Amino acid sequence: MTALIQLRGINKYFGDYHALRDIDLEIKQGEFFSLLGPSGCGKTTLLRTIAGFEDPSAGTLSIDGRPMAGVPANKRPTNMVFQSYAIFPHLTVAENVGFGLRRDPRSKAEKAGAVKDALEMVGLGGYGARSAHALSGGQRQRVALARALILKPKVLLLDEPLSALDRKMRELMQVELMKLQRQVGITFILVTHDQEEALVMSDRVAVMFDGQIRQMDDPEAIYTRPRSREVAAFIGKMNFLPGTLHSSGEGVEADVAGLGRAMIPPDRVTPGLGSGPAVIGLRPESLAVLFEGETTTRRTVEGTVDEVVYYGDMTYYDVRIAGVDEPLNIAMKNLVGRDVLEVGTATRVAWDERSLVPLAP
Amino acid sequence: MSGGRILGIYAVLYLIFLYAPIVLLPIFAFNDATIIAFPLSGFSTRWFEALWGNAALGDAVGNSLFIAAMTAILSTLLGICAARAGAMADFPGKSGILGFVMLPLVLPEIIIAVSLLIVLRQVLDMQLSNWTVIAAHTLLCTPFSIAILNGAFQNLDPSIEEGAMDLGESRWGAFCSVVLPLVMPGIVSSLLIAFTISLDEFIIAFFLTGSNPTMPVYIWGLLRFPQQLPVVMALGTILVALSIVLLAIAEFYRRRGLARAGLKDSGGFL
Ligand SMILES: Nc1ncnc2c1ncn2[C@@H]1O[C@H](COP(=O)(O)OP(=O)(O)O)[C@@H](O)[C@H]1O
Ligand SMILES: [Mg+2]
Repeated sequence: MTALIQLRGINKYFGDYHALRDIDLEIKQGEFFSLLGPSGCGKTTLLRTIAGFEDPSAGTLSIDGRPMAGVPANKRPTNMVFQSYAIFPHLTVAENVGFGLRRDPRSKAEKAGAVKDALEMVGLGGYGARSAHALSGGQRQRVALARALILKPKVLLLDEPLSALDRKMRELMQVELMKLQRQVGITFILVTHDQEEALVMSDRVAVMFDGQIRQMDDPEAIYTRPRSREVAAFIGKMNFLPGTLHSSGEGVEADVAGLGRAMIPPDRVTPGLGSGPAVIGLRPESLAVLFEGETTTRRTVEGTVDEVVYYGDMTYYDVRIAGVDEPLNIAMKNLVGRDVLEVGTATRVAWDERSLVPLAP
Repeated sequence: MSGGRILGIYAVLYLIFLYAPIVLLPIFAFNDATIIAFPLSGFSTRWFEALWGNAALGDAVGNSLFIAAMTAILSTLLGICAARAGAMADFPGKSGILGFVMLPLVLPEIIIAVSLLIVLRQVLDMQLSNWTVIAAHTLLCTPFSIAILNGAFQNLDPSIEEGAMDLGESRWGAFCSVVLPLVMPGIVSSLLIAFTISLDEFIIAFFLTGSNPTMPVYIWGLLRFPQQLPVVMALGTILVALSIVLLAIAEFYRRRGLARAGLKDSGGFL
């Protein structure tokens, strides 16, 4: 099956500023795809290029097999939920949602029915007659969604749709958006700077820095097998230890400062990374501190607790080990009946070769 | 004495200084005497009746209304174009051009009047008419229109227009269906203010009217006849009342525009 959306060698310049660099991207029908990256990396620009609000300086874009060069935004099979939601404040909720149907040849009654259905779909049944400028942030967002989805686009583009909402509302809307996407079967492209949001919601994530896509993978691969230090640092927490890689017939062996030698499991070997100096990444939850009397079959290293941060469900320990400047950050679940270690306690840190993520230095 | 009291007294004195002469207008307009002096001699509406019967004045008022209406429309149209260009993305020389467009706001009117007269008569060899006044008044009023409309356009979320385009409208369709309704309060306010400025503008009109004077020019002519002074007072009273009403409507629309866009009042133009 060919991709619904194809981007080939897309570049975008704003004057001298190179905002998008050689973007190659294929997105399948029905996929929930996220563009994740820090503010200013070009996510919105890429989304606007797909929507037809920016013309690429170079490269081609096609949607559903149709080249989009010269096709204006109003003729593309895409709809957008803007970061500011772009609700029309002089219209009612129903008029906002029905805005895109104005050229629709269906009868007035049919269109009113479609508006009603769309409002119910986003949980705003009965809000139709309200004035749009009096809505709350969450309600505006739902109106923006209904307004776009009522047109049954091939692709729905969402520019940081949840960033203006408070935490509770955001988590609620994440789940609702995922449900909605499954229900309507429309391809979603979500722009976000929130890595958790991208990991939770997406089938695939593209991580962007400086106008480039650095890695494109499913959330699990992005999290457990980041390809570069930048991606690893941006997605969640990661400890970095200096090390050396030795590539041989048996596989790749890492010599990690403070931990010693270990074989990297074949599925963890970062493609394109050969012998030589490297940085070894370790996720906090792939390590463990050992409590008094606890034993393990994993490898261990002596350390001292340097800092304790208690989160309720989790405790984050900074543990100093010999031969490394920075303490290791370790995440531990707070199990019932287990004490929190105090600062200064001597402990052991458990790890194994599956904790190691070899990265270019 | 506290600083607040001093400020209060200052404000009261300032307002008296500002408005006392205007308050004199209706007092003498309704006074039953030819001489403008206290004590008042009784209530009369005969100066207003004298206004009514004056055909030359009628013509002057007609000229002025026509000129003011055309000026309001032209300067508002130009203002919409300029404000929209200003609200859109940067283009080369944007700030320089916008600065130049706003220049007539601070140029002395007498200089505009003299230079326009020279250009129209000596260079272009045109006959002076209502249209020469309209052209000059448009020049004068456009910066005010731009200032008002700039506020209206800049308060507008740029993604609103793109939102309409995203939902199937052409650029023009999006402008008409969402941008125009949202800046309409600014447009009404610009029309009214340009109308008011043009209606009572004297210097430029004095230089550029042909054989048919505008109302302020006609009033100036009346001043040579002392017995006509109360008539001028009556006319002035009507003008003040009209100006206040127009400016109040303009301000009402400007505020409504802000409220619609969900914004706080940030001083504004008036
Ligand atoms: N119309 C524009 N003109 C000039 N520079 C722009 C324009 N739009 C975006 N940029 C620049 O391009 C970069 C990427 O912007 P954007 O795509 O909005 O980033 P993101 O959405 O990832 O935060 C930013 O540095 C921004 O300043
Ligand atoms: Mg953005």
